[in-house]
Amino acid sequence: MSAEATTYAPSPRDSSVPGAAQRVRRVLRLVGIGWWLQLKNRSRSSFDGILSIAYPLFYATSIFFLYRQNGDQAALVSAAVGASLMGVWSAVSTSASLTLQGERRQGTLELLVAAPTPFSLVILPATVSMATIGLWSLVVTLLWGRLVFGIPISFDQPFVFVVASVVLAFSLGLVGFLQAMASVRYRFAWALGTLFEFPVWLICGFLVPLSLLPDWVRPISWLLPPTWGVGAVRQAALGGSPWPDIGMCLLTGAVYAAIGVVLARRLVDSARGNATLALT
Amino acid sequence: MRASLRIFFIGGLTSYRALFTWLTPWILIPTFIVEPIFQVLFFAFVGRDAGVGSDSFYLVGNAVQFASIPCLFAMGNTISNERYTQTLGLLLASPARRLPLFLGRALPVILNGFLVSLVVLTLGAAVLRISIPVSSWLPLVAVLAVSSFSCTGLGLMSAALALRVRETATLANVIIGVLIIFCGVNVPVPALPGWMQTISNVLPLTHGIEAARELVGGASWGSVTGLVTTEALIGVVYAGIGMAMLYLLEIESRRSATLELA
Repeated sequence: MSAEATTYAPSPRDSSVPGAAQRVRRVLRLVGIGWWLQLKNRSRSSFDGILSIAYPLFYATSIFFLYRQNGDQAALVSAAVGASLMGVWSAVSTSASLTLQGERRQGTLELLVAAPTPFSLVILPATVSMATIGLWSLVVTLLWGRLVFGIPISFDQPFVFVVASVVLAFSLGLVGFLQAMASVRYRFAWALGTLFEFPVWLICGFLVPLSLLPDWVRPISWLLPPTWGVGAVRQAALGGSPWPDIGMCLLTGAVYAAIGVVLARRLVDSARGNATLALT
Repeated sequence: MRASLRIFFIGGLTSYRALFTWLTPWILIPTFIVEPIFQVLFFAFVGRDAGVGSDSFYLVGNAVQFASIPCLFAMGNTISNERYTQTLGLLLASPARRLPLFLGRALPVILNGFLVSLVVLTLGAAVLRISIPVSSWLPLVAVLAVSSFSCTGLGLMSAALALRVRETATLANVIIGVLIIFCGVNVPVPALPGWMQTISNVLPLTHGIEAARELVGGASWGSVTGLVTTEALIGVVYAGIGMAMLYLLEIESRRSATLELA
């Protein structure tokens, strides 16, 4: 090897130093491929897949029976939309908390933390892929309601319904990302995830209108992306103007992602510094 | 006899402490106190939105149903965690009598389920400001204890299946889902289709929940003894089937050498 090669200094126009556009492209590629890889990985087990669909159906079935009792068809349709969204959060809440514990168990957590790629960009696609799988439960719950309970499925704005559902799922993935990061030092993270399932269903208006909740709960609801996402999906399905809610869902979701990135840096650095990453 | 008693009491307690990994406060408080309270609140508010049922209806249904969580998970863990710690083969190769061995493991679980139900009922009533007649508390305690026992009977069946399947937590979740729909937890049994009512009548919890609702409504112990007896009998039947399944599946696992493979 020549002396020139070992003392090589990159020029500003050198292709090995990425520009801003190239960095963005690399990040998008990393997140996109990570999401696809995680999605394929999580879709491998038919057993898990069927369970992730069946579990929300247990609650949805109770809810359909419950709303059917008073004979109000409009309330039943609204409940069907809400119940179908519950499964998306179910797919994220516990699994997201388990993300880092899973990596820890496989012995890959240290490798991911030590990799030059920002840790957040490796974990974010995982939690978004969980929410993506949750979208199956949305479809199946609506079909279950239609075929078993005879609930009519007709959306006021079908295209916007799809957009709002995808945005809601994405925002839940971002909430899951923050949850995953927050539980990096928590050995029993799955319990934390289970803990959040019902509160989010309740205070984000998945089924119960926010107006029914105590006044002091509403400001908390507004801080949670699913509140806006659920509102958007409901308006797209039943009538209304969902776009402002879609915007708010993305905005609040981005704030959660930003907090998650900061937490990732702080908590992972702390865990590395104190040699507690493995929690042994 | 003394050996059987030792296996029943000491073995049962040791197994519970060693294998039921939820006993740390980090799991215990979120899973057995906070989550159940939010489940109660969720369905109480859904009921208000739907204009169906009262807060006490959902409180009692969900509080009694929560007895099933430790009963099913802990019993499943008695087998799956033995396998995980590679002691299942040693346990089943031992000459210990199976009746005290497995029933001893059920006793702490019954107590756990009972306490969870009682805590959820008490805290849920406080949060929702539901007044339960003072005279109803003692009979309610008895109903919760019987319901926990009957769920543990189902848990024994789940433990037996754990000799054949690996995913005991999943199995427990599925069973709990079935109980939530069929047992009148959030939907009154008469509102279910006829075939579901037939099934609900032979499941644990159904009669316990009905008895607890009547007691909270002010009924006397005498008026619910029939329901409580039925709940207890169902528990006995399930426990008997569970023990038989444990016996048969143990033989089958030994014969086909699948004890560690399940």
